[in-house]
Amino acid sequence: MADFDFNVVWSSLPFLWEGLQLSLWLTFLSIIGGIVLGTLLALARLSGIAPLALLAATYVNLLRSVPLILVIFWFFFLVPLVIGRPIGSFYSALIAFVMFEAAYYSEIMRAGIQSVRKGQVHAGQSTGLGYWQIQRYIVLPQAFRNMIPILVTQGIILFQDTSLVFVVSLRDFMTASSIVARTEGRLVEMYLFAAVVYFIICFSGSMLVRSLKNRMAT
Amino acid sequence: MDYNWNWSVLLEEQYLDWLISGFGWTIAVALSAWCIAIVIGALVGVGRTVPNRLISTLCTAYVELFRNIPLLVQMFIWYFAVPEMVPEDMGRWMKRDMPNPEFVTAVVALGLYTASRIAEQVRAGIETVPPGLSAAGKAHGLSLSQIYRYILLPISFRLIVPPLTSEFLTVFKNSSLALTIGLLELTAQSQQIAEYTFQGFEAFTAATVIYVCIALLATVIMILLEKYTRIPGYVGKEG
Repeated sequence: MADFDFNVVWSSLPFLWEGLQLSLWLTFLSIIGGIVLGTLLALARLSGIAPLALLAATYVNLLRSVPLILVIFWFFFLVPLVIGRPIGSFYSALIAFVMFEAAYYSEIMRAGIQSVRKGQVHAGQSTGLGYWQIQRYIVLPQAFRNMIPILVTQGIILFQDTSLVFVVSLRDFMTASSIVARTEGRLVEMYLFAAVVYFIICFSGSMLVRSLKNRMAT
Repeated sequence: MDYNWNWSVLLEEQYLDWLISGFGWTIAVALSAWCIAIVIGALVGVGRTVPNRLISTLCTAYVELFRNIPLLVQMFIWYFAVPEMVPEDMGRWMKRDMPNPEFVTAVVALGLYTASRIAEQVRAGIETVPPGLSAAGKAHGLSLSQIYRYILLPISFRLIVPPLTSEFLTVFKNSSLALTIGLLELTAQSQQIAEYTFQGFEAFTAATVIYVCIALLATVIMILLEKYTRIPGYVGKEG
């Protein structure tokens, strides 16, 4: 271990911090987008309208059977083609993550919606609420609440997944670490440092999940 | 949208070869990693449940460590950092003489990572077995290892087959990360075809269809396995 020089971490901190901010920002926006789209997909699957449910189920199962890297490649290829001009790799990556994670969030939300007892829906119907009112005021708030720990866990997985933007050279924390590693010739130090940073963030996240679970159980 | 369709590009000999070879590497990495993951995952998962503080702490540490670091970072550490950190002779061997370094590294990284996820399933499976069963074993005078051997493991391994199905699918998907250390598996090959021919749509569709077929096939296998291993009349906690 004698010839390892961890000063390289210190001197490149501002650069790495910029990367980490991009990772966190991408994670945050993808969680929001993924939950919104995922909830819509879950509602479509449970809507009882056969073609809609089939379409949503096909989407979810298709996205869940291909690797995220392939999805990233797909959207980096498709998005500029559909929009007609390049929109920058951050937004292409964001679209890819929202579309991909929505498939996973929709499964969580589907379980969440099904965990709300039928009587609640019937109570809403008998007081004269419409479908959207029942979803908005009765079902979804409870579904979210029941699923908070799993939603956070999925958020941690999503944060780890954002490291894969490395394959399209978007400068997140992972790509930034790798750039420093290569230019400074300090591969060992930089990748170990990246591992420590990811570990601290994700481990804190799973501690949070544990305490949320305990609080909800009581 | 302005795009020139040309599906026949997939059948040109060179590109078809690339797809087939990519498919082969994907299967090879995934299945080899799965073997490592099952063995180590079972050991670590059992280790977390044994009444021995040292062993269970070590096994918990293993799971937390491998689960909370992105697979990509782990892949890079195994590929770039580990050869520098081991004794010099071994490092030189890993860098120069080890056959198929990308493949071996990808299998080790993916295998150990997946093991941490399987360990969680194994632990959950063991904890789902009603405590009365192992108490009954104890009352019969069985030793701890006999209780594991004859009561806990046979039941819990059959209980965790359904959750293992999704892990089995995940290992195929995660094998795509091998491309980051230069292994030309399926995803990498499709990207390469897209770059060479500018037929991204066709290339990525081919890869997608192959992944979906793998997922369908793996699901069918696991459903058959589930039928075969289900414990008749047994209702676990999750019932």
